[in-house]
Amino acid sequence: MASAFWCIVEDDRAGRPKKVTGEVLGEAARLARQLGGQAEAVWLTDKATDEGLKQLAEWGAARVWLLENPALAPYRGEVWTPALAELAAKQAPQGIFGAVTARQRELLARLAARVGVGLSADSVAFSLQDGKLVATRPVYAGKLLSKVTWSKPPWLATLRPNVFRLEDPKTGATPQVERPAVAIPQGTMTLAERKEEASTGLPELAEADIVVSGGRGMKGPENFAILEELAKVVGAAVGASRAAVDAGWRPHRFQIGQTGRTISPKLYLGFGISGAIQHLAGMRTSKIIVAVNKDPEAPIFKVADFGIVGDLFEVAPLLTAEFKRLLEK
Amino acid sequence: MKLLVPIKQVPDTATQVKIGADPKGIDTAGITWIVSPYDEYALEEALRIKEKRGQGEVVAVTVGPERAKEALRSCLAMGADRALHLCDPAWENADSLTVARALAAVIKQEAPPLVLFGRQAIDDDMGAMPAQVAEVLGWPCASWIMEETISEDGKSVRAGRQVEGALEIFTIPLPCVLSAQKGLNEPRYPTLKGIMGAKKKEIKDVKAADLGLAADGAQLLVVALEALPPRPPGRIIPGEPAEAVKELVRSLREDAKAI
Repeated sequence: MASAFWCIVEDDRAGRPKKVTGEVLGEAARLARQLGGQAEAVWLTDKATDEGLKQLAEWGAARVWLLENPALAPYRGEVWTPALAELAAKQAPQGIFGAVTARQRELLARLAARVGVGLSADSVAFSLQDGKLVATRPVYAGKLLSKVTWSKPPWLATLRPNVFRLEDPKTGATPQVERPAVAIPQGTMTLAERKEEASTGLPELAEADIVVSGGRGMKGPENFAILEELAKVVGAAVGASRAAVDAGWRPHRFQIGQTGRTISPKLYLGFGISGAIQHLAGMRTSKIIVAVNKDPEAPIFKVADFGIVGDLFEVAPLLTAEFKRLLEK
Repeated sequence: MKLLVPIKQVPDTATQVKIGADPKGIDTAGITWIVSPYDEYALEEALRIKEKRGQGEVVAVTVGPERAKEALRSCLAMGADRALHLCDPAWENADSLTVARALAAVIKQEAPPLVLFGRQAIDDDMGAMPAQVAEVLGWPCASWIMEETISEDGKSVRAGRQVEGALEIFTIPLPCVLSAQKGLNEPRYPTLKGIMGAKKKEIKDVKAADLGLAADGAQLLVVALEALPPRPPGRIIPGEPAEAVKELVRSLREDAKAI
């Protein structure tokens, strides 16, 4: 279908699509409707499941293009890109969307180069103007927004997680599954080893609805236990500022900011974080920002929706207790 | 082993950036320029590979205006052996694909077995360049790497890429493209000797015609830059910590509906 918007499926490597794919499908469906088209899912995997396919239909995928082949796991750009490009050349979708995840940010870039079209990476909003897509994306560490458009379709974009809404689920929808014949190259790089990170038992930073984050004011690595307590109660991920990471208190994968991760949770709680411009870059699009800092002049209060000027070592445990009381009700 | 490191000159992280008279770009007056921080991890890794192998050549490359020579000079001061400056009106206002094609063309001429990028430049934050150059060249690539080891015979590299919740370590035949994530290494500071020596090292100008490239129009077009919408004014919750916390949780629950 000429005005189809394709959404590349991000899965948990066990046959289940992740929530971010629902967000991408939701935005794609809203845009496609305006052009009289539909949202479709494209799933490259070594193993799909029936529940996974059903989930995609419930999220609004009018069709699922399923490429199922052992060579597709783990993700390798040199394998996925030609397969996806071949399918796109045959079907001519209007747009191809992915999520900002490790594999899809690379995949969409490679695909754009192979097909010879533009890519809007890390998009946070879309609009249609005279039938042409315009994307909004943060630039200069989130200090400015850039509006971009494409000289020709397919319009390729990656979408920041936690920014776009899911559609109301089409409960009971049956997926229309297509298994197109596409050449899958074998690839040259081979997986030698996969080292799992030590599980924190907490959600992944970029996917979490709530993020609790600590900065220089935490004074030492041992004090992050205070934030982990709070995080456990509300089901949050724990992040850190560059100051805390550079001091060696937290591994780099937990760093939020310009040289770390970009997050957009529903609720962000920052403790002992001053709010350097490079940190704000990584969390400014959070929906509600709470800051606790003993310095009333800390720049983070300028972006915070709620602030408490005070000692985090006093405030954080009180907050944990109060959340616990509320959630036990 | 020849190692090629493409870099980009970007405004310093602490610099205020303002929209220019032409709203498609920023006002460059008064900006402090630096080498994009991730590119420094890539350059450091290249220097370490050369040092470890006891021989080799590190070549820094950039596509950019005249001022970008300063960034190349910084790379030479850190230890790069020579630099290539792709500077041509054809690349003004280029999108990432046009730049990727230019870099791929110069990589074909130089024929290094390994190209090391930073994971993204911190100006347009597109992060597409390493993958796009790899695609144009038809090479494998591993993004956001946290570690790498080149085999003794120089025919392959073992590189660990950061993905959600894990490090995936691949064996990749050379030539290939890698992009550096923070944590790969700790970049060195240039020594005084390095800075003095950099002045004598070669920065070669390269034009689009030297690469046999015709002008190709941008595929992604900037409509305009915009200031961020202001966040609604926040509220400092006064009072003793215990009361302030109660009021905060109530507000989050009832007013913001955030929990």
